[in-house]
Amino acid sequence: MKYTPQDFKSSQEVKWCPGCGDHAILASVQRAMPDICEALNYTKERFVFVSGIGCSSRFPYYMDTYGFHGIHGRASAISTGVKVANPTLSVWQVTGDGDALAIGGNHFIHAIRRNIDINILLFNNQIYGLTKGQYSPTSVLGKVTKTSPYGTVEHPFNPGALVLGARGTFFARSIDVELKLTQDIMVESAKHDGTAVVEVLVNCVIFNDKTHWDLVDREHRSDRTIVLKHGEPMIFGKDKDKGLMLDGMKLKIVKIGENGITEKDLLVHDAHEDNPGLHSMLIDMQYPEYPVALGVIRAVKDSTYDDNVRDQIADVRAKSPIQCMDDLLQSGATWEIE
Amino acid sequence: MQHKVIDTKEVVIRFTGDSGDGMQLTGTLFADASALFGNDFSTFPDFPAEIRAPQGTVSGVSGFQVNIGSGEIKTPGDLCDVLVAMNPAALKANAKWTKSTAAIILDSDSFDEKGLKKAGFVTDNPVKELQIEDRTIIFASITSLTKESLKDSGLDPKAIVRSKNMFTLGMCYYMFNRPLEFTFKYIKKKFKKNPALIEANQKVLQDGFNYAANIQAIPNTYKIEPAKQTKGTYRNINGNQATAWGLLAAAEKSGRPLFCGSYPITPATSILEELAVHKELNAKTLQCEDEIAGICTAIGASYTGSLAVTTTSGPGLSLKSEALGLAVMTELPLVVVDVQRGGPSTGIPTKTEQTDLNQALYGRNGECPIAVIAAHSPSHCFDAAFYSAKYAMEHMMPVMLLTEGFIGNGSEPWRIPSMSDYPEINPPIIEKAEEVPFWPFKRDEERMARRWALPGTVGLEHRVGGLEKNNNGAVSSDPLVHERMVNERAEKVARLANYIPEQEVIGEENGEVLIVGWGGTYGHLYTALKDLQAEGKSVSLAHFDYIFPLPKNTADIFSKFKKIIVCELNSGQFANYLRASHPKFQYHQYNKVQGQPFTVAEIVNAVNEIL
Repeated sequence: MKYTPQDFKSSQEVKWCPGCGDHAILASVQRAMPDICEALNYTKERFVFVSGIGCSSRFPYYMDTYGFHGIHGRASAISTGVKVANPTLSVWQVTGDGDALAIGGNHFIHAIRRNIDINILLFNNQIYGLTKGQYSPTSVLGKVTKTSPYGTVEHPFNPGALVLGARGTFFARSIDVELKLTQDIMVESAKHDGTAVVEVLVNCVIFNDKTHWDLVDREHRSDRTIVLKHGEPMIFGKDKDKGLMLDGMKLKIVKIGENGITEKDLLVHDAHEDNPGLHSMLIDMQYPEYPVALGVIRAVKDSTYDDNVRDQIADVRAKSPIQCMDDLLQSGATWEIE
Repeated sequence: MQHKVIDTKEVVIRFTGDSGDGMQLTGTLFADASALFGNDFSTFPDFPAEIRAPQGTVSGVSGFQVNIGSGEIKTPGDLCDVLVAMNPAALKANAKWTKSTAAIILDSDSFDEKGLKKAGFVTDNPVKELQIEDRTIIFASITSLTKESLKDSGLDPKAIVRSKNMFTLGMCYYMFNRPLEFTFKYIKKKFKKNPALIEANQKVLQDGFNYAANIQAIPNTYKIEPAKQTKGTYRNINGNQATAWGLLAAAEKSGRPLFCGSYPITPATSILEELAVHKELNAKTLQCEDEIAGICTAIGASYTGSLAVTTTSGPGLSLKSEALGLAVMTELPLVVVDVQRGGPSTGIPTKTEQTDLNQALYGRNGECPIAVIAAHSPSHCFDAAFYSAKYAMEHMMPVMLLTEGFIGNGSEPWRIPSMSDYPEINPPIIEKAEEVPFWPFKRDEERMARRWALPGTVGLEHRVGGLEKNNNGAVSSDPLVHERMVNERAEKVARLANYIPEQEVIGEENGEVLIVGWGGTYGHLYTALKDLQAEGKSVSLAHFDYIFPLPKNTADIFSKFKKIIVCELNSGQFANYLRASHPKFQYHQYNKVQGQPFTVAEIVNAVNEIL
């Protein structure tokens, strides 16, 4: 059976603000679903969308799949329970920068550390939207918001750096307006065994409008972002004439054709490299010093928690003389009263 | 000295020493050997929160009390007949738990100037200082004798000194006429990879036994006939193990795999540890990053159709409050086990209390009732856990199971049941719905339970969550929908009263005084009841396992007594709850909040005062 995006639209009215970037991500995900079903031979009832609290967390209501709208910050824990209990399900967690990185930071890093086979879509708008405009853990230093009227005095998280810090196996980044890129990344994320974190830079039209404008602006987008593809040289720019090289311990932007530099001199993206060194540098790149890295930055193989749980249970069951409750009750030291 | 053999029905022994002295193991082995001999017994570990508090100090003293008898034993006993104190601090901390007729075995090697000073004695005569000269004091050089016994064993000096608990155990086996074979077997199994340790431990146990038999210092030995127990196969079980097994049993009966998401916390941890062992029964355990993740992973697992469990103790339950509300709102089955301990806050983690009742009943935002069930003894934890799980799944709601440190860690003999003695568990799992699209909050008329539609089922895609919803699953803030859903959720819990057993009364159905209790105080209340009845007093006991909802005949029972006294290990939480639910009765109270169980004598006095 071939699905269409329409099959994944629920009857619920979508209640995000007009112009909110979440609409675009919803469209990307709904478009990705038929591709995922085809690529992995999934059927629709296999999907579970789990969320916490925040604007992004309304997402499950708009998907015609199984869905669980949880409580603030706990989506990673709920998705973990869903996946470990039934590993045949395809679990998608939708969360925001406040939900995942402030109140839910602990669950977020531990899900990644365990490498549970779930997909975490992190909508990063650098603001608290649903509570109407307070700074978040990704708001830039000095950001003026309702709770920081003189500017924040705290440094933001880079979500990708947290993923690497927790020894994450998959990290990708997109922008809400890049619908096709987001859609493609969803398919890659679904194919990945382990925790796949996808950060989507998203606009909050009401409380943090144009926060990512430097990257979104069509006129400059290709100069200020680089879409990484595994196995391909790191080239970017409107005229595809800029690239990345290593200069000692740092990345350097070079121009192809200048100083004798050719495409062959550029770094070739290896998302599968286990060593996170270069991935870390790519994740850290910030405009205006560097183009911001988009695409699948890291996708490495490692054993997953849910597989390990399954294998351990199978192993113990095969060896144990206890096969049912009555066996257990009678096991060990017992005595008879005549 | 004249040697006497005392023929007695019941003897209480208290093993005490530094927390590293192995007193918990010594006590457990003694209880197991007594069980094999055919005695009924009850145990009570009383240990400090510190794993290794400063050696020789009172704060580091660990104790284990065993009550063995030829009759029915329901408590670990109030005061002990024999106290073993491995150092001055142990004597100082435990002298108050000895009868005036007690024998006290002391390791004289530790009663030097340094040891006495560490324990805070100000004279060189601790016995006089503690005013326990009337007790029979048996000074034995346990440490030196152990060293002597094992000097050719090849063990290093540290390991040799560590074996002194086995020497002590050997002495006790002589005093109480216990066979050594059971412990020999245990030693063989425990050290099967190390023959040197097997030999050493067996030798030192036997030497302790022989030493006690040879010296003239032990005035009395005790003879306790086997108890008359129901025929069957028995085992020793503690409450936390029984809780874990009851949950496993419910998983088997329901065909739902067990999932436990938990975070280690005293005194609940060993439930998680026990479940983690039983992967052969397909139990999945997830040791989470915190208490909140414990309950949230369980809720996620419940959504997919597992028998979901989270285990904790007081402060952990506080952390789970919000998520417990989510389980109420999503109407998913969940068993929350709270092994209560001394609070508030970190409180006295290793000591027992019943102070979480209010939290269990009311500790959530919004109108958020949940069923509350309490276990009343170590082995009853099995049934309490089984039925908590059964009701959670069949009624599609969270159930709180309250146990206590006292019964969680305490143990007793348990006649092993057969799984065929237990009822089926039939969760309302749905494969196909009549309505399209599926209505997740449509209820059955009798129980008011919604149906369990598991992800992966074709055509039943639906969304649940913390937001208020209509029965069709659509998010709604309609005032009347909200009120109706609040009432429906409450009614569902209330209707559990139609399924739980009626409350029993132990003793006459009417009379002067009804003792009312709940949870782990059962053994003490029951024993006090028997003592009072033996004195000819008109007293009965109603001990509640089902707290919310209460059994339907509760008012009926209360109306047949002139006075009601509610005894509990808190400041009156159950009494106040009864005042609210059954206001037409007057309730006396007897309360204790010391982190310790009741003593039987306390209850007897309290009841006599109002008679």
